[in-house]
Amino acid sequence: MTTTIKLEKKVLSENDKLAAEIRDELTKNKVAALNFVSSPGSGKTSLLEKTLQALRSEMKIGMVAGDVQTENDAKRLISAGGEKIKPIVTGGSCHLDAKMVSKVLPEIDSSDLDLFIIENVGNLVCPSSYDLGEDMKVVLISVTEGDDKPLKYPSMFRRSSVMVINKIDMLELCDFSLETVKKNALQINGDLKIFELSCRTGEGLEEWYDWLKELVKGKREA
Amino acid sequence: MHELSIANSIINIVLDEIKTKNLGEVKAIGLKIGAISGIFPDALEFGFDAIKLETVLCKTKLEIEVIPIAGKCINCSKSFEVRELVFSCPHCQSTSIKMEQGEELDITYMEIAEELEVEDG
Ligand SMILES: Nc1nc2c(ncn2[C@@H]2O[C@H](COP(=O)(O)OP(=O)(O)OP(=O)(O)O)[C@@H](O)[C@H]2O)c(=O)[nH]1
Ligand SMILES: [Mg+2]
Ligand SMILES: [Zn+2]
Repeated sequence: MTTTIKLEKKVLSENDKLAAEIRDELTKNKVAALNFVSSPGSGKTSLLEKTLQALRSEMKIGMVAGDVQTENDAKRLISAGGEKIKPIVTGGSCHLDAKMVSKVLPEIDSSDLDLFIIENVGNLVCPSSYDLGEDMKVVLISVTEGDDKPLKYPSMFRRSSVMVINKIDMLELCDFSLETVKKNALQINGDLKIFELSCRTGEGLEEWYDWLKELVKGKREA
Repeated sequence: MHELSIANSIINIVLDEIKTKNLGEVKAIGLKIGAISGIFPDALEFGFDAIKLETVLCKTKLEIEVIPIAGKCINCSKSFEVRELVFSCPHCQSTSIKMEQGEELDITYMEIAEELEVEDG
């Protein structure tokens, strides 16, 4: 004989609670917060390096760089001029969770920031489940990965607000159609804001910077 | 594979319930998993079966209900099922839709073994 006990509990309620605390703190301090996600090697760190170099004189930027094994990405961001950079080494975990972020956030001191960016672990599946307290997820895809990725990883594209198509300098070398990737992405999420750029040539970066500046301004005036 | 972390969260929540409600053996855990939750039921069962062995849930099984994706159109207010990953309204083609289901990752019930009454004499 058995009895059934009803339970309505979100499996990730602990994570969501911590994420809400992070979001409250960042909102209180008027900090815009982004969570960067992509497959390994799409160019998350490259875009963050460029962003630091271009914008650090006009806004205060804090970043955490999640990595399974090394602190390489955090070191690159510091070399790019970042002053408030912290690594999170997950030690095998394929995603960041809110607990890891809330542990390093005090060291960054968000009261003194305009923009906070989290570079998640390179992985298009697992990070989609974990809210980190960000305003929005930014998903990167590079032209060498294939234009069908949004259909293969729908939960990530559905939960992101922005898609950055990186490495457009390599378009001629790949069978990758910008039109197809955009169509696929918008089929999953019609509200996606899309950027096309190359961290290598700099093409398209101005639009990205302008959007970030607007985002930060909007958050400050909110 | 984050299904291991998810399995771990499930075990922690259930162990907590057992403790606070003073429950007996848990035969099964009922889960609702949305089709676009990013969680794969097979991988979750695999992960759960691997780590449950070290806990009192070593004989517990997962009963997973997969929830199809459905949305409501913000433009024309009609509800619809999202098929073949096309996230737009079949009535008016608007892509501005509100998700109604399909993102769940919830524990919905626990099945507890009832202790047999020990008969006197
Ligand atoms: N051709 C070209 N190469 C690029 C571009 N952006 C980045 N790369 C190269 O792509 C490789 C990976 O870039 P990263 O910035 O390390 O990628 P990531 O997403 O941070 O990688 P993980 O953190 O390991 O997931 C590096 O060798 C970069 O130089 C680009 O726009 N064009
Ligand atoms: Mg990186
Ligand atoms: Zn409609």
